[in-house]
Amino acid sequence: MKALLVAPVLVPLVTLILCLLARRQARRVAVLSTLGALALCAVGGWLVAVAAGGTVLAGQMGGWAAPYGISLVIDRLSAALVAITGVVGLATVVYARSCDGDAAGGRDFHLFVQGLLTGVCGAFITGDVFNLYVWFEVLLISSFALIVLGGGARRVSGTVVYLFLNLLATLLFLLSAALLYGATGTLGMAGLAEVFGAGEATPGATVALVLMLLAFSIKAALFPLFGWLPASYHVAWAPVSALFAGLLTKVGVYALIRLVTLVWPEAGPAHGVLLWVACATMLVGVLGAAAQTEVRRILSFHIVSQVGYMVLGLALATPLALAGAVFYLIHHIVVKANLFFVGGLAARMAGSERLAAMGGLYAHAPWLAILFAIPALSLAGIPPLSGFWAKFVLVKASLDIGAWVAAGVALLTGVFTLLSMSKIWNEAFLKAHPDGPQALRTPARTRPAMAVMAALAALTVAIGLGAGVVMDYAVAAAAQLSDPAGYIAAVRGEGG
Amino acid sequence: MEIIVAATVGLLVALGVWMMLDRNLVRVVLGVVVIGNAINLAVVSVGRLGGQAAAFVAAGEVPAQAANPLPQALVLTAIVIGFALFVFALGVLKRAWVEHGTTETDRVTAQAETPAPDLPVDKPASGERA
Repeated sequence: MKALLVAPVLVPLVTLILCLLARRQARRVAVLSTLGALALCAVGGWLVAVAAGGTVLAGQMGGWAAPYGISLVIDRLSAALVAITGVVGLATVVYARSCDGDAAGGRDFHLFVQGLLTGVCGAFITGDVFNLYVWFEVLLISSFALIVLGGGARRVSGTVVYLFLNLLATLLFLLSAALLYGATGTLGMAGLAEVFGAGEATPGATVALVLMLLAFSIKAALFPLFGWLPASYHVAWAPVSALFAGLLTKVGVYALIRLVTLVWPEAGPAHGVLLWVACATMLVGVLGAAAQTEVRRILSFHIVSQVGYMVLGLALATPLALAGAVFYLIHHIVVKANLFFVGGLAARMAGSERLAAMGGLYAHAPWLAILFAIPALSLAGIPPLSGFWAKFVLVKASLDIGAWVAAGVALLTGVFTLLSMSKIWNEAFLKAHPDGPQALRTPARTRPAMAVMAALAALTVAIGLGAGVVMDYAVAAAAQLSDPAGYIAAVRGEGG
Repeated sequence: MEIIVAATVGLLVALGVWMMLDRNLVRVVLGVVVIGNAINLAVVSVGRLGGQAAAFVAAGEVPAQAANPLPQALVLTAIVIGFALFVFALGVLKRAWVEHGTTETDRVTAQAETPAPDLPVDKPASGERA
């Protein structure tokens, strides 16, 4: 069991080391990286199978007993996120095979992708606040390298924005972790849940905790701290953008969900604040997208708006709302990464990602148009795709407790999302290319990219059609989340 | 003692924020470093500074006045990570100077806001980069 517990971190880490050893042969690195991502998918699938039965895997690292060692904990939510991380990692690595044209390709890309996966998986399975900080750093340093990969004035410029705002968030996180230790004497999430659950938290501890939630909010790109995201994601190489869009903000959202459900399982003042933040995030994100005229910038603003939905689920704090947040998290990672994949290929065919300079793709590449339509409609929440169920559950949860404003904002955001997606559809796919149809290109080797996009689109449809199964899992995961006692028992239960 | 450290941390953070508000990217990088070090100092101080003795524990006994070893372990990690990030930030700074010919923050970051350039027609695989 312990091997399975550390596998989500070990698999990408070992892959990273193997890639380093084989670094002289670019092709071998790519193969190793693909195999590593495949192995991560397998580990994720296994974890989901184990966790689905209600088992909470927990263990202490380094052989120190429960309150002293660093805990790793995998419950349903963590298992599902590890699995989906594996899927997105694999998709990115395979998709990158279709994009040779950019200087960012090559072995460095694979090294940093594996580094990023290590950090993301570590963050999903750790049960210790300081350890979470370390995993954030691992994924952050990999993401810094990834975003600037390939160089050029534009990329360096976006990296500067990304670098400094994330550095500040990280420093804030470190400070809050230290203060939290100073005020409560523990860094374990289970320990924190006990202190706060017993009502023994001093005002200082509460302040430190709020500071930490603020740091997570920057990572998750919540209103009003989202400025760094749309200012930087669009400069990176297309596969890198997709990987970031799928995973990075979601680590912040996961950290918010994990910590808030552990320390404040009942709705309280913090949830009220989160509710307003969630509504503002949804609206501002989607309105910001309306003002944009480039594919990836539109999609970047939609990441912000979608994060609002997940936080809405957390803020409502009913079991149904939490299940909705979990469902949304799973659905969104797949759909968002896929949209960035499609956008990247569409831009290469049209020769630009400015909507004004695009067009004619529906006639040129009908398959690509269909592969865009599926995740785009899913993002907007059209039945029977996955996004419909995610939004439906959240709106129902809002109406159940009389949060009319939140429900209204969620529905309105859905309408605006559809508007944005039809803007991309009209401009990039339907209208004629401004330079005539001969300006459209057919890039070499699109087959891996097509396979990836088709697989992710199929996954979206599968989540939509099999919503019952996924929703049952999400409801069970939410039940675990709203029961901190079970989490504490799992961590304390094993003597190390 | 904690009061003095707390005041120092506050002063350093204020200094760091002031430096980050500068137009010059070099000073922004240095400002982040100053804030980082202030926070490292804060991390050390959360373990309380009363302890004098080293925290070597013989079996079954705890030395009187032992210093809290945990924040020291934490801050070691944080220093190493902070150093790596600082070096990376310097690397980006140098690239920004090479690519943009300036270290003025606004002019460097403005480039990301310009319209996306047209993509070159795909060339055959460029293979391994140097």
